[in-house]
Amino acid sequence: MKMHNIALNNIRRRKAKMAFLVAGMVIGIATIVVLYTVTGAMEQEIADKFDQIGSNMTIVPRTEALSTSYEGISASDVAGGVRLMTMDDVARIGTIKNKENIAVVSPKLLETLPVDGKQMPVMGVRFEDELKMKSWWKLDGRAPENPDEVLLGFRAAERLGKKPGDAVDINGAAHRVSGIIRETGSQEDSVVLAGLSSLQKISGKAQAVSFIEVAALCYTCPIEEITAQISEKLPGTKVSAIREVVQARQDFVDRFSQLGISVSFIVLVIGSLVVLTTMMSAVNERTREIGIFRAIGFRKSHVIGIILMEAGFISIIGGLLGYLAGMAGARVAAPVIAKMEVAVPWDIQTGLMAMGVAVIMGLAAGLFPAFRAAQQDPVEALRFI
Amino acid sequence: MDLINVDNVTKVFKGGEGSVTALGGVSFKVPEGDFVALMGPSGSGKSTLLTMLGAMNPPTSGSVIIDGIDVYSLTAEKRADFRSEYLGFVFQQFQLIPYLTAMENVMLPLAITGKSNREQARMAKEVLEKVGLGGKEGRLPNQMSGGEQERVAIARAIVNEPPILFADEPTGALDSKNSEEIMNLFKYLNREGQTIIMVTHNQEFLAHVKRTIFIRDGVLDRSRHPDSRIAV
Repeated sequence: MKMHNIALNNIRRRKAKMAFLVAGMVIGIATIVVLYTVTGAMEQEIADKFDQIGSNMTIVPRTEALSTSYEGISASDVAGGVRLMTMDDVARIGTIKNKENIAVVSPKLLETLPVDGKQMPVMGVRFEDELKMKSWWKLDGRAPENPDEVLLGFRAAERLGKKPGDAVDINGAAHRVSGIIRETGSQEDSVVLAGLSSLQKISGKAQAVSFIEVAALCYTCPIEEITAQISEKLPGTKVSAIREVVQARQDFVDRFSQLGISVSFIVLVIGSLVVLTTMMSAVNERTREIGIFRAIGFRKSHVIGIILMEAGFISIIGGLLGYLAGMAGARVAAPVIAKMEVAVPWDIQTGLMAMGVAVIMGLAAGLFPAFRAAQQDPVEALRFI
Repeated sequence: MDLINVDNVTKVFKGGEGSVTALGGVSFKVPEGDFVALMGPSGSGKSTLLTMLGAMNPPTSGSVIIDGIDVYSLTAEKRADFRSEYLGFVFQQFQLIPYLTAMENVMLPLAITGKSNREQARMAKEVLEKVGLGGKEGRLPNQMSGGEQERVAIARAIVNEPPILFADEPTGALDSKNSEEIMNLFKYLNREGQTIIMVTHNQEFLAHVKRTIFIRDGVLDRSRHPDSRIAV
């Protein structure tokens, strides 16, 4: 028989007490796993949501006269610019070091052209990219599928008196309205959206691009670095990161993390105290037994070893069950807490972390009772006659 | 050579209301192979003396020398090692570990010796057979009678083959039949060369032991020591 046999036998044959101890640990670890997992999943979801909000960088040609604000952009500003970017510039964005982080590159050409005889802003876009970036757009009708199809902003449609399916003339070229963007309250409402290459042809500006919007789809994107890398590739341009969006996203994520960490810490302390008290009372109940160990020649270190081994074994069981219970709990709790669809994947790293935390918690809580046990005077413990 | 040499040991407990002398200068010697009964009324100091002989209770003054070793010159941890090597204990009320089987209880003192599990099992089985418990190795204490538990306790005390066996009221919790059997077991062990020191209240057993040390009020009761072999 070795020391661990004594510890294991005690656990095996005092099932009720040990079950109580394990239960305490399971609750603690499960709570931490739930918080950690839900927070992690929420961080990801929030990050994704923010990424979906739209571009977080705009690229415009570097000219004195040009306004860089998309909301404030006017066709004449852009059209009157000294020079435009080209499709080659667009392609170069895909060659930066952090290209993996870039989700959508949406080049645009902005012109003022006669539409059914009325001078109106017409924006050429690659519909596939633009619709990916503006995922919140709601269309009456459908997205354009052919080069001669256009989308109308809500106000532009009103002004032109058009509905989906109607024909529309842009600078002498016949087009068809495939859909109308419902009111967004922004610049898009009064714009006619045509295919980029089609507009380039109509306006006689082949390959020309007025500005580019870029969305970096990642959750802790090094936006500053990406901005610098694009600037380097496109020397004649001005790349602006939309700081507010980035900052707000970061703040949101950080606050969730902090909440998770604080609550986990509190649960950890409470859990440790529960284990400590239970271990303490278990040690007190075993006073005579420890006295016998000492009387027959067990050193203090042997007694400490036995108690810590028990704490360790219970912690491993508690950690494992706590992880499983926590994952199950997270799957139920995550959508309720986050108020959104949250994916909770099985994660071996979280499992190992749960076990690690449980063992550290168990050993830390077992240390004091173990030393108390070892300090017991065998004579007092046995109380002869 | 004497196996045990107790030289003028005293034990004074200091409490809130002055000090109490539990032992007031006790000296005696025990040769190897002896079977000694330690007798005296409650509070006479015999339990203090037994724990002192058992290397668990340092005297206020005097010395306890066992096999030439001044026990209380050792550190507490070295004394634990000494107990493991030299002493076997049969405690009052058996004091078996409830969650360990008879076999495991007997193997307990071997757990710290570094012997292999196989060797431990062989030794434990052998000693359980010696005390008449062959075939009951797998039973838990609560599945055994008082007499059987006492035998497990004795087996545990001698499995390490210690030079000295201490027994504290070994028959206190047993009926007369079982008590008699246990006394016979002790006599058998003594005949095989085991030195035994036993605390008992039971006058009937005095006939079984080789010598008796009477103690009263913390000193040896000379009036009850007709036997000149006791060095007092």
